[in-house]
Amino acid sequence: MIKARVIVTLKNGVLDPQGKAIEHALGGLGFDGVGQVRQGKVFDVELGHSDKARAEADLKAMCEKLLANTVIENYAVEIA
Amino acid sequence: MKSAVVLLPGLNRDRDMIAALTRISGQPPVTVWESDTAIPDVDLIVIPGGFSYGDYLRCGAIAARMPALRAVAEKAAQGVMVIGVCNGFQILVEAGLLPGALMRNTSLKFVCREVKLEVANANTAFTRNYRPGQIIRCPVAHHDGNYFADAETLARLEGNGQVVFRYAEGTNPNGSINDIAGIVNDKGNVLGMMPHPENLIEAAHGGTDGRALFESALGIAA
Repeated sequence: MIKARVIVTLKNGVLDPQGKAIEHALGGLGFDGVGQVRQGKVFDVELGHSDKARAEADLKAMCEKLLANTVIENYAVEIA
Repeated sequence: MKSAVVLLPGLNRDRDMIAALTRISGQPPVTVWESDTAIPDVDLIVIPGGFSYGDYLRCGAIAARMPALRAVAEKAAQGVMVIGVCNGFQILVEAGLLPGALMRNTSLKFVCREVKLEVANANTAFTRNYRPGQIIRCPVAHHDGNYFADAETLARLEGNGQVVFRYAEGTNPNGSINDIAGIVNDKGNVLGMMPHPENLIEAAHGGTDGRALFESALGIAA
């Protein structure tokens, strides 16, 4: 079995109001010097086979078709 | 003209939309369920608002991958008119039937109030019963209505007159780029908008400014 992690983040230049709010809250907690905060998503995906090449191709397709909205988001796939 | 309303779990504006279409067209719309793979012959398909699939993943993302939406895409490609309101708009962009994306409101708050809309293009199948530049009232109720598109897409939308409605008089409730409230696709047969015209069609609603949109789409003269 293959375990993969997909990380989806907002593209540069796309406004992230949630990240901004978190950035502001961190400052309020007394964490000085916090720069920009951007919020993203993590998906842990288990695949019922151990073919790494197939897993890479499938995960890329999953990102393109559903996990990420490529209009506003980038994705990265890590295979354990 | 005949209409259809797409029903998906989590939508909650379907009743109001069905009522509006029934009153204005004189016959109830047919309903299409999420798993339906075909849509009957109609002139207009409407995807109402709500929270399909609990807004999981991204607003409209799950709905956009359902069989009913593939059927909507086929009909849209044949030239059938499609309207997506609120969550329906989010679903249409997720399905790739309209460009851009709808993001969290810049205020991070759910907004439920009335806004002013400018009819930015009165030369579409959905707006021909309005006057160019007419300012209308319309309610909004959403958390993710902040329209975004990259610079190239935005220039194309503006250049082609695909921006149909803009928030007017400083009433932009969500930070939407260029005050965009509603757009059409390049063929002009698919409309997405965040405001709810179905909730302003009779005197009891406090106004009828939304009526002309449905009358335009249903081919009813002003």
